[in-house]
Amino acid sequence: MPLFSVSNILINSIAACVPSQTEDNQSFELLNEAERNLFIKTIGIRYRKIVETGVTAADLCTKAANAILANNNLNREEIKVLIFVSQTPDYLIPFTACTIQDKLGLSKNCMAFDINLGCSGYVYGLSIISALLQNMPGAKGLLLVGDCSSTCISMQDKSVAPLFSDAGSATLLEYKEGEQMHFNLQTDGKEFDDIIISDGGMKHPFVSDSLLYKEIAIGQVRNNLHMKLDGMKIFNFALREVPGNVAQLLEYSTTPKEQIDKAYFHQANLLMNERVRIKIGLPEDKVPYSLYDYGNTSSASIPLTLCAYPTHSQTVLLSGFGVGLSWGSALVNLDATNILPMLTY
Amino acid sequence: MEIAFFIENFKDCFNETAADSINENTIFRDLEEWNSMMALIIIAMIDAEFGKVLTADNIRESKTVKDLFNCIATQ
Repeated sequence: MPLFSVSNILINSIAACVPSQTEDNQSFELLNEAERNLFIKTIGIRYRKIVETGVTAADLCTKAANAILANNNLNREEIKVLIFVSQTPDYLIPFTACTIQDKLGLSKNCMAFDINLGCSGYVYGLSIISALLQNMPGAKGLLLVGDCSSTCISMQDKSVAPLFSDAGSATLLEYKEGEQMHFNLQTDGKEFDDIIISDGGMKHPFVSDSLLYKEIAIGQVRNNLHMKLDGMKIFNFALREVPGNVAQLLEYSTTPKEQIDKAYFHQANLLMNERVRIKIGLPEDKVPYSLYDYGNTSSASIPLTLCAYPTHSQTVLLSGFGVGLSWGSALVNLDATNILPMLTY
Repeated sequence: MEIAFFIENFKDCFNETAADSINENTIFRDLEEWNSMMALIIIAMIDAEFGKVLTADNIRESKTVKDLFNCIATQ
């Protein structure tokens, strides 16, 4: 498996941006009162942030990036790498990073590209941009990670609608000698359809039938342009794979578990994340959750949780897991990282 | 592994269902409180208490509480 380290890259700043519009799961009508209470207590999600029509993940990420650039009073010419990680791009063609490069006023001497990843996307994106920048002394890079999952879920599907929320993030990285990050990234494509939007891509192009609503079960009505999620399979996947992935990362980096100052997980659901935390052997006070106020924000959930519960620690574990199936963990130093307060759009 | 211990843990997962209404022959899907969240709670309980994996297919193919127990008893 890809266990590797990246040297001489500092995470300079992290910002996250959420829509101002909030939905309350206490008002979610597909669940009765007892189910709503059980959902909020067990899954851990009370509120969800939902974009207005026309606002995209790129917009939220761009606002976060502008905040970082202004905060650092940066010369935008210094940004040599721009990566946009998302499953909710602005267009099918072209890739979204090129439009963000323009909106941010970055130089033409900046490579820009998209990565299609969800729950594991922040950790993967961090590894890729860091590996690029470590060979570019003096350069800086922007990792933009975000999703507006609310745009592709059925509000008549109780298996997904009360879970997902929208957010974007930006992370500024720069060359700095002496820094080191460690990664462990994994994939299992056999389970690719555990989380899927089946129509609208090239395998099953959009046709009129794509819009037909089907009742999968009571309270689960969706069409083929909506996201389907097999919660039980994902639950078992996380319990099966994530603790071992983290254990291997700790062994590879010769980091005793007790040395971890804080751990930021992808915010999937409280019940599952708590089982993962306990199996890894981390105490409660080292693992913050943003689920209650922000829901499952897909790829943005790790940087969003960092902004909701900032840390300045040397040994920080990040772990993302989900769609793909794809999962990955990282050990990073956030001691000198400037973590901005939560932004709203 | 004792089925009685499994059933006690199974009962503890429910908030509103009377404990004495659950036994090994109970068709768990017929319990008013049963839903997809309860399925996740049962999976988590089995992981925590028994160190076993109850899969989505196990749940779909099981009818009674005893069926669920049999899924993990042979692991």
